[in-house]
Amino acid sequence: MSDLLFLIPLLPLLAATINFVFGRRMADAQTAWLATASIAGSFALSLAAFGNQLDSDEPLTQHLYDWIPAGLFHVPLNLYVDHLTAIMLLVVTSVSLVVHIYSQGYMAGDPGFYRFFSFLPLFVFSMLMLVLADNFLVIFFGWEAVGLCSYLLIGFYFKRHSANQAAKKAFIVNRVGDFGFATGIMLIFWKFDSVVFSEVFARLELVSVDTLTIIALLLFTGAAGKSAQLPLFVWLPDAMEGPTPVSALIHAATMVTAGIYMLARMYPIVSASSDAMFVIALVGAITAFMAGSIALTQFDIKRVIAYSTVSHLGFMAFAIGVGAWVAAIFHLFTHAFFKGLLFLGSGSVIHGMHEEQDMRKMGGLRKYMPTTYWTFAIAAASNAGIIVFAGFFSKDEILVGGWLDHQYALTIIMFGAAFFSSLYIFRAVFMTFWGEERFDPEHVHPHESPRIMTVPLILLAIPAFAAGVVGLPPEDGWIHDFLEPAFHVEEHAEETASAIAIFQEGEEHAEEGHHVSTAMTITFFALSTVLAIGGLAIAYLAYVAKHPAFDPRAWAERAGPVYDLLYNKYYLDEIYERLIIHPLYWISENILWKIVDIEIIDGTVNGVAATVNYSSNQLRRVQTGFVANYALAIAIGAVIVIGIALALQSDLLG
Amino acid sequence: MEELTATHFLLLSAALFIIGMMGVLTRRNVIVIFMSVELMINGVNVALIGFAWEQNSMVGQSFALFVIAVAAAESIVGLGIIMALQRRIDTIDVADVRQLRE
Repeated sequence: MSDLLFLIPLLPLLAATINFVFGRRMADAQTAWLATASIAGSFALSLAAFGNQLDSDEPLTQHLYDWIPAGLFHVPLNLYVDHLTAIMLLVVTSVSLVVHIYSQGYMAGDPGFYRFFSFLPLFVFSMLMLVLADNFLVIFFGWEAVGLCSYLLIGFYFKRHSANQAAKKAFIVNRVGDFGFATGIMLIFWKFDSVVFSEVFARLELVSVDTLTIIALLLFTGAAGKSAQLPLFVWLPDAMEGPTPVSALIHAATMVTAGIYMLARMYPIVSASSDAMFVIALVGAITAFMAGSIALTQFDIKRVIAYSTVSHLGFMAFAIGVGAWVAAIFHLFTHAFFKGLLFLGSGSVIHGMHEEQDMRKMGGLRKYMPTTYWTFAIAAASNAGIIVFAGFFSKDEILVGGWLDHQYALTIIMFGAAFFSSLYIFRAVFMTFWGEERFDPEHVHPHESPRIMTVPLILLAIPAFAAGVVGLPPEDGWIHDFLEPAFHVEEHAEETASAIAIFQEGEEHAEEGHHVSTAMTITFFALSTVLAIGGLAIAYLAYVAKHPAFDPRAWAERAGPVYDLLYNKYYLDEIYERLIIHPLYWISENILWKIVDIEIIDGTVNGVAATVNYSSNQLRRVQTGFVANYALAIAIGAVIVIGIALALQSDLLG
Repeated sequence: MEELTATHFLLLSAALFIIGMMGVLTRRNVIVIFMSVELMINGVNVALIGFAWEQNSMVGQSFALFVIAVAAAESIVGLGIIMALQRRIDTIDVADVRQLRE
């Protein structure tokens, strides 16, 4: 099995290359099936790798070659599969496969069809390299490569100005996070003389806890960019400019969870610093709450789901921050399916409504597109945390984890976010599929999507409904046993140093997590069920039953400034515009352009040219054409050279 | 009467060389310049022979012979150039041969 690992990322890369180079001359169906087949191959191999890991605690590794052999700085290119990676491989390849199939229907007839089917496998390749990495440089390579693919695919409709803007925004905002990540990696190399995970983790006791805190926070900066956490989440909602399958795959299921995966992979570093963990939990909780509240007021169906994604990424970050590692990955796992499905479902709606995304112009669609409606409803129930649906179990564990870590205030905020999750997603369901038909029947004829799109919806609906069983019974399910080894890798390296002591403290918390009392479990189940059903009920009363007490417009007016604040996304874009972009423009124009560029750089270049020109003009006169002058110059030159040589040799000058 | 030393040779050599050089620098007639160049060459020859004499070595002597031979060849080429100059622009005054100035 180890020997075949390289095929997992290689197949999508090959498909991407072939489609990119020859795609223009191939039939659309050929490019699509080539891409889909390559992903299917990766998926099959990932399944095999996963099967291997099921009953083995020994990670699979494959050494491909030495990437950078430069003296002490030695970076091998190894593929590494342990339990954590195995789960990620499954998530990435399965959702990718479904999205590839779906895209064949969604993108049909698009002039950029072959381009789409070369970027999408390229993304899968990058994402697989990211999860298969065994050192910081390879993970950084995958990290940047998924960013590039995200940029390419957000800006896929490059003739649309807003798509270009959104692509640039995603790229630039991610750059801020990547700067932190890169700095963290440099710090790690400086402190540990290695960039290989296992070597770094084995040397943790060499440095102080403060250093580890700084490293962990820098890594979290990177994660905050990629996984859309608080100061940096503004790019994700705008990323909805890309085609909807891209939103499903990259901006919901896989790429945005890379930050969470990375933090989980850095488990020994992150868990060694309680300060860093608190910051992560705090940022995660605030992100979850803010994004959830914004989602309540948006009317673009994709934006609602985008903010929902941000909110759920906040849940995962919070889980990491409170040491509920397994719960974070569990939620990542279930979220990938139900959020991917929500996006694909919304894509199906948009497709059936002739590219209409505004929920105010939808309504009553469930009789036109029943498959889409049912699958969307399952995903929504999962997102809302209705009991028995997958999202319920994973989200609940995060909340329990927060409580056990004594972050009571933050956990209560998370309960608020969980309530919003239910409210906004059912608001979307009811506005889209129920109620009166608000579209113009003259021009819009809603229709169910072709089978190539509905079958993937059904395929994803199964895990979106049932993926929770891997976490049953709560806190002691299969996934807990499976992931335990991934979060105890350093057990044998214990002893010594404070870093490890604190790390073990964190471990005890994890242990506690496995002996949650039944009473507590039931209390939390009950609480979150009440909140989820409450959200559902309010959404129903407000948007279907039209109960006067829950009229959304009246509430919007009553809430006044709060509503405006939410509707305008906390004015974050405006604040950034004012505080960062405008000053940057000003500095760029008045200092960098008018002074540095024009005065200094152009001045230097032009100055050199002018000096040469002037001095040549002067020197021109030396060229007299009179032989005696040349001879004199030679003679004087010889005298000077010989004179200097003699003077240097003589001892007169000492 | 003083004994003959290398210094005497060198003084003579330097004198010949400088006289020749002054000729090259100041005269305008190409033939005279040419003669001055010959003078400089012979100044160098004197220095070579002086050292050879002092060190009792034949190397300098034979070198001087070489220089004479090369100078002979060079004067043929030079005279050829002078002939060409005379035929072409009807003068051998270097002050008039300034076509290569800027």
